[in-house]
Amino acid sequence: MRNILVVTSGFIAMLLGTGAFAGPREDLLAQYAAAAKTTGFSAARGQTLHNQTFSGGKPNTPSCTTCHGKDARSAGLALTGKAIEPVAVSAAPTRYTDPAKVEKWFKRNCTEVLGRECTPQEKGDWLTFVIGQ
Amino acid sequence: MRTLYRPIAIGLVTLAFSVVVLNRVQAGDGHFFAPVADPVVREECGSCHLAFAPSMLPARSWERMMGELDKHFGDNASIDAVTAEKITRYLVANAGDAGGQRYGSKLLKGVAMGASPQRITELPKWRSEHRKVPDWEWRHKDVRTKANCVACHTAAEQGYYDE
Repeated sequence: MRNILVVTSGFIAMLLGTGAFAGPREDLLAQYAAAAKTTGFSAARGQTLHNQTFSGGKPNTPSCTTCHGKDARSAGLALTGKAIEPVAVSAAPTRYTDPAKVEKWFKRNCTEVLGRECTPQEKGDWLTFVIGQ
Repeated sequence: MRTLYRPIAIGLVTLAFSVVVLNRVQAGDGHFFAPVADPVVREECGSCHLAFAPSMLPARSWERMMGELDKHFGDNASIDAVTAEKITRYLVANAGDAGGQRYGSKLLKGVAMGASPQRITELPKWRSEHRKVPDWEWRHKDVRTKANCVACHTAAEQGYYDE
């Protein structure tokens, strides 16, 4: 009986341990990496994507910075006049911890700005950029 | 027996007075619109703009809006069917004409029966309430759009729309 308890608690401790290392953001990055068949994401590429001007989307939102602002650590402003939490994780620590929410906004915002959905490579680069900010 | 009339009369007057006062407090003189209480509705309807109070539009307006989310004032605001269904139920249950009242909120006065207006800012009562706001104020950089209630009504998120 005692042995079983020790083994079980050891197993739980291991599970908790791995859980502490791989948070939801890391899980997301791993998923994007698998989908993009890549081993590396680049914060610099993510930053370029963030600041780039596109013409395929809606004319009033040509860039991520149109609403999110030029400084990733400052709040953005939607066209409706409503403030948007900063995209930088350092300024908004709870961001990107709900995978469904991240996917929802990638889909919506990429369609509005780029006129298409973002690729897993682009999502991974952008996420790496804001996690490092 | 006669001595009983007085306390009863006083009781009735007090009751009537309380009802009048409470009604005014609840209705806030027509400037209170209960904010969205459901966390899912607040999140889904309040990310891009203020989560507008469901009592500001009739149920049929909300039903139409939720059926056209892919063309939501120029944006594709589609969400999954299960969430959409849940939100529609909440909006309809708390709509301005919920419970069979014709004008659950005074804001719906003048809206034709059967009409399903989509813009709160185009309701006749909304227009008359805002008729004195000059054009330059609407164009102010902190206002941007008539849908940005909080720019002027600082307690709009709490449901208060007094000046």
